[in-house]
Amino acid sequence: MLEIKNLHANINGKEILKGLDLIVRPGEIHAIMGPNGAGKSTLASVLSGNQAFEVTKGKVTFYDKNLLDMSPEDRSREGIFLSFQYPVEIPGVSMVNFMRTALNEHRKYNKLEPMSATDFLRTMREKKELVEMDSNLANRSVNEGFSGGEKKKNEIFQMAMLDPRLAILDETDSGLDIDALRIVANGVNKLKRSDNATILITHYQRLLDYIVPDFVHVLYDGRIVKTGGKELALELEDKGYDWIKKEVDGE
Amino acid sequence: MSEAILDQVTQGEYKYGFTSDIETDIIPIGLSEDVVRLISAKKNEPEWMLEFRLKAYRYWLTLEMPTWAHLNIPEIDYQSIAYYAAPRKNTPKNLDEVDPELLKTFEKLGIPLHERMALSGIAVDAVLDSVSVKTTFKESLNEMGIIFCSFSDAVEHHPDLVQKYLASVVPYTDNFFATLNSAVFSDGSFVYIPKGVRCPMELSTYFRINAINTGQFERTLIIADEDSYVSYLEGCTAPMRDENQLHAAIVEIVVMKNAQVKYSTVQNWYPGDKNGKGGIFNFVTKRGICKGENSKISWTQVETGSAITWKYPSCILLGDNSSAEFYSVAVTNNHQQADTGTKMLHIGKNTRSHILSKGISAGQGQNSYRGLVKINKNAENSRNYSQCDSLLLGDKCGAHTFPYMEVSNDSSIVEHEATTSKINEDQIFYCNQRGISTEDAVGLIVNGYAKEVLNQLPMEFAVEAQKLLQVTLEGSVG
Repeated sequence: MLEIKNLHANINGKEILKGLDLIVRPGEIHAIMGPNGAGKSTLASVLSGNQAFEVTKGKVTFYDKNLLDMSPEDRSREGIFLSFQYPVEIPGVSMVNFMRTALNEHRKYNKLEPMSATDFLRTMREKKELVEMDSNLANRSVNEGFSGGEKKKNEIFQMAMLDPRLAILDETDSGLDIDALRIVANGVNKLKRSDNATILITHYQRLLDYIVPDFVHVLYDGRIVKTGGKELALELEDKGYDWIKKEVDGE
Repeated sequence: MSEAILDQVTQGEYKYGFTSDIETDIIPIGLSEDVVRLISAKKNEPEWMLEFRLKAYRYWLTLEMPTWAHLNIPEIDYQSIAYYAAPRKNTPKNLDEVDPELLKTFEKLGIPLHERMALSGIAVDAVLDSVSVKTTFKESLNEMGIIFCSFSDAVEHHPDLVQKYLASVVPYTDNFFATLNSAVFSDGSFVYIPKGVRCPMELSTYFRINAINTGQFERTLIIADEDSYVSYLEGCTAPMRDENQLHAAIVEIVVMKNAQVKYSTVQNWYPGDKNGKGGIFNFVTKRGICKGENSKISWTQVETGSAITWKYPSCILLGDNSSAEFYSVAVTNNHQQADTGTKMLHIGKNTRSHILSKGISAGQGQNSYRGLVKINKNAENSRNYSQCDSLLLGDKCGAHTFPYMEVSNDSSIVEHEATTSKINEDQIFYCNQRGISTEDAVGLIVNGYAKEVLNQLPMEFAVEAQKLLQVTLEGSVG
């Protein structure tokens, strides 16, 4: 579904991605790990269309469409979901209103009628349970006054509502205590199907105890330098990244 | 990115800019004692009304236009304005006699002039140019003793009430524009709610300037007798014209013991084009008095239109334990300017006032909040809380706050909070990533920002005001 070829991207003139390749097929879970500053979050930003980043070279196709030509909102409507590392607060905009607007935009894009209020509220109730969200969270403004854990649960809740084909989870585990981590991971696992895929961006192996990846990639200096199965994550946990740096830099 | 976004949202078009092809009875331009007499004569007014106008006119000649507001007002030639314009087929007995063009106009505006709209629960007085065209629900309200009619009707049929309360809150000497209005006002709405009556529906006036080169000077007087309640809404639109048109209105509200008046405005006068050409000059004096104990006035305004807005809906808290609220959203886009706020004068004991002002500036708009909270020596244990927030879209607009406070006793508490924020790109991107376009995202964020004020509006109008906010800012971000 997703094919990234030789992707180069800059922010403020500084090159962060330096020829990244990745292929994701339906039903797969890919973990992307790597030291600080390797370009993990940049990859998430570029895929979701954040215009602070400039793509200088390379190609990204999503179901045979050129992703890089699409506006961020169309990428979302095509089924790309980004769970933000730092979800922003939008004061005064209720989660209900926000989610209904978003969902109906997706439906409109797919030539569907807007969802009725009853159906919408029922869907919200169902999906809320998935992430064990406190029921009145949904009546509060988007992320306003949410704790770190609540914000991350709220991201997964939105993911459940929008039912993406490709979810990119950017450091969703950071700042979560062990209970919240378990809840978030359960949510992600329940949403997994054979026709959707997930890219997990993470620093730590901890998350992978709960969400088992099919592939683990090591991102270093703007490129994927090593790919393996889930055992690669354990090896990284054990030995750190230095041996990989040495391998790459020594080439 | 932000530059482009901002340009997009600030380039919305005014959607009420049609003119109606209605036969109009318009007097020649210019202002003189003769013109004042002519207006009075056209309206068949009693002698006392003419005397009032003349007193005001003579006093007006001694005044100069105020310049203290944070506004750049082009010179206004008061001799180039026509002070009276009326649709020719006037005083219809029933709807069949109303000029069909006029009905079409109101239909375009979405005003339920027909009583079949009874379901919406709103009684409407529609004022086109200078004359009140039709008041709906008059009879059913009459049965409860409620008077809701045009100002001219009130002068004719309820002279005692008008004489007693006219200019009792805004004297004819009040200020330049109020004095001008007192001399030449043409019509407006009159409301009287008798003792112990809770008005069962929203009362509403719709103002529209249609004729070319005219000013609109309407006057609204609302009296709520003891233990009564009324909610009143005012809406305004105007066609698009290249030249500026003058609107100088007065609203007076008198509230007796235990009574409450809620006054809401959705002001959408033509704001001028993107380059600042044309648009309405909106110089309005609105004031209410909480005369009796435990009385309450609540002002809510959504100001999205007009090239220049100069407006300070105020409250005199005379009765002990009386209270007042002021909720405002003011939007300035393109070259619009607004200097708006309120005055809260605490005279009675234990009086309370609450001010919530939300300014939104986009394009090259200039938005000022100006407020005075004055607590007299005898107004013991009084309280005021003011919150003034400004939201900026782009870097060419301005937001200004001028709060004044005078507290003359030490048992009262006055608090003021102010914030300024910008719509931030992270918020917009977050919405984009969920599938919401930038324009809709700005609409969501702005409406969220203004929500506390919009929530004060009657439900139907809250929805309309939300759309209006979004339309006004269309094209200012992108």
